[in-house]
Amino acid sequence: MLLGDRAKFLMLLGGVTFAALLMLQQAAVFCGLLTWTTSHLTNMQAKVWVVEAMVEQANELKPLRDTDVSRVRSVTGVGWAVPLYIGITNARLSDGNFKPILMVGLDSATLVGRPATMLDGRLEDLRKPNSIVIDDLALQRLRTPSGIPPKIGDSFEINDIEARIVGICKADRAFFGYPYVFTTYDQALQFAPRQRKMLSASLVEPAVGWTAEATARKIELETGLRAYTQEEFYWATIRWFFKNTGIPISFGTTIILGVIVGIAISGQTFYTFVLENLRHLGALKAMGASNTLLSMMLIFQAFFVGFTGYGMGLLAAVGFGTGAIKRGQPPFVMPWQLPTGVFVLIMVICLLAALIGILKVIRLEAAVVFRG
Amino acid sequence: MIMDPTTRQTAVQVTGLTKGFGRGDARTLALKEAEFNAYEGDLQLIIGPSGCGKTTLLSMIAGTLVPDQGELTVLGHKLHAMSTAAITRFRRENIGFIFQQFNLIPTLTLVENISVPLLLAGTRVRQAEKTADAMLDRVGLGGRGKNYPRQLSGGQQQRVAIARALVHDPRLLICDEPTSALDRETGHQIMTKLRELARKPGRSVIVVTHDPRVYEFADRIAEMEDGRVLRQLEGAAMANATL
Repeated sequence: MLLGDRAKFLMLLGGVTFAALLMLQQAAVFCGLLTWTTSHLTNMQAKVWVVEAMVEQANELKPLRDTDVSRVRSVTGVGWAVPLYIGITNARLSDGNFKPILMVGLDSATLVGRPATMLDGRLEDLRKPNSIVIDDLALQRLRTPSGIPPKIGDSFEINDIEARIVGICKADRAFFGYPYVFTTYDQALQFAPRQRKMLSASLVEPAVGWTAEATARKIELETGLRAYTQEEFYWATIRWFFKNTGIPISFGTTIILGVIVGIAISGQTFYTFVLENLRHLGALKAMGASNTLLSMMLIFQAFFVGFTGYGMGLLAAVGFGTGAIKRGQPPFVMPWQLPTGVFVLIMVICLLAALIGILKVIRLEAAVVFRG
Repeated sequence: MIMDPTTRQTAVQVTGLTKGFGRGDARTLALKEAEFNAYEGDLQLIIGPSGCGKTTLLSMIAGTLVPDQGELTVLGHKLHAMSTAAITRFRRENIGFIFQQFNLIPTLTLVENISVPLLLAGTRVRQAEKTADAMLDRVGLGGRGKNYPRQLSGGQQQRVAIARALVHDPRLLICDEPTSALDRETGHQIMTKLRELARKPGRSVIVVTHDPRVYEFADRIAEMEDGRVLRQLEGAAMANATL
């Protein structure tokens, strides 16, 4: 019946597609933003992060004393611990332009916290003097005015010191949108403006037989520093952004809007469809169609619209996501829970829309067909 | 050919049937202890002015409306004592409907429309459509099974409605103003068809109508007024009566 009423079918389909697209796209961008907030953790994998006692999330690392690494190393349960520097500074390009960068200093001996994927060059070349490895975002952000991306062998200045590119890696983008520039910890201390305390964090591997949680608690107990397991730091960061920024409310509002638009359009259109077809539904009832059968019919039609609309919405969201990933922005991450959740929501919306019609049909007297 | 009233089977027996609508002061009685009989092999008309209770009586005989009071036996089933589910099943198996506005589903093809009663009875789609196609042939619309109702004239649509009403071979055919939307000639054809159907063994047809042109096709006429059946006429009595 519904398929034959093309205008209503398309209206319903449009509403559900739009709702699905809105929810999927906004939620995926939100998830993408959250991954940007935790990019330090994904780019520099470590089982335990030891930071200053007041640090609440991964993007606000407060400096520690260099000797704190040694204190951490002395804790029972620590297999090894290495220093890490993370700081925002400026790169002065060959044309004289300044660009902000996120500089990461890795332990020279082990290069622990290294990027997982090298796109070009060798990471070990970082040990050469004044060497840096840039991430793929730097290829866009540190371009010359004529649009030529930096390549291995090129150099720019950080704090008046020459930095030569020896490799290009792939890294997750940071929340502030600055490119990652990797170097050794010692070199980073040379590049960065001098401060009394320079250590950002200590990356720790638990000793054999120790869990990350147990090691973290032991470090906190013995040093007074804050120690997070990778997972604890991830969720602490996410929680911090939820609590302290308007991002979740902003995205949440849009997602709720998607649900409301979906319910409003599909509910109203479906109800109108039922009202306009009451006479035919009454005729079917008179001919012996039970309430259950008519209800199933309405649910089937609502679910058909839901499936099709969801599919189209998902397709559009994936299309948007493919473009976003190619451009590098806006952030777009779609874990499997997201399409599953939106699918359930869309089906609930369609079920609600069908229920409004079903209530009408159940109350409908078959005798309506005999009234003029 | 009218059978002897003493030997023919009663198809519908209505005793003291009452039905009201609304509540309190707004309550109106549409039927007031109505008495009515219809027999197998008859084409029975129910006539009367607007608002006299014809449609209410027909709705209850069809099992689409529940009486407040009285007894209603249709094809041997005491509808007043049956559950809603049992009445629905009874309708599905025993009653065919022809409506004033045809009530063909506009988004289904003719064959699909005619198949509906069979599908409701559980027949497989392919078999139902095959039977529906044959039925369409019988009402003179062979080869148009894939057409939609909007592509047909009023008379043709009513023929499709007849095909739909008969496709599951019901014992009782309920018709609500089947000729009111049709011209005289088409109405004549439809009534001829209905009378033929009424003559089949074990079948009966009840028609509610305002249309005096169709009185000539009736075997019996029940005249209603103010919620009651005033009189039921047949044979010579019917011919001599002023209606």
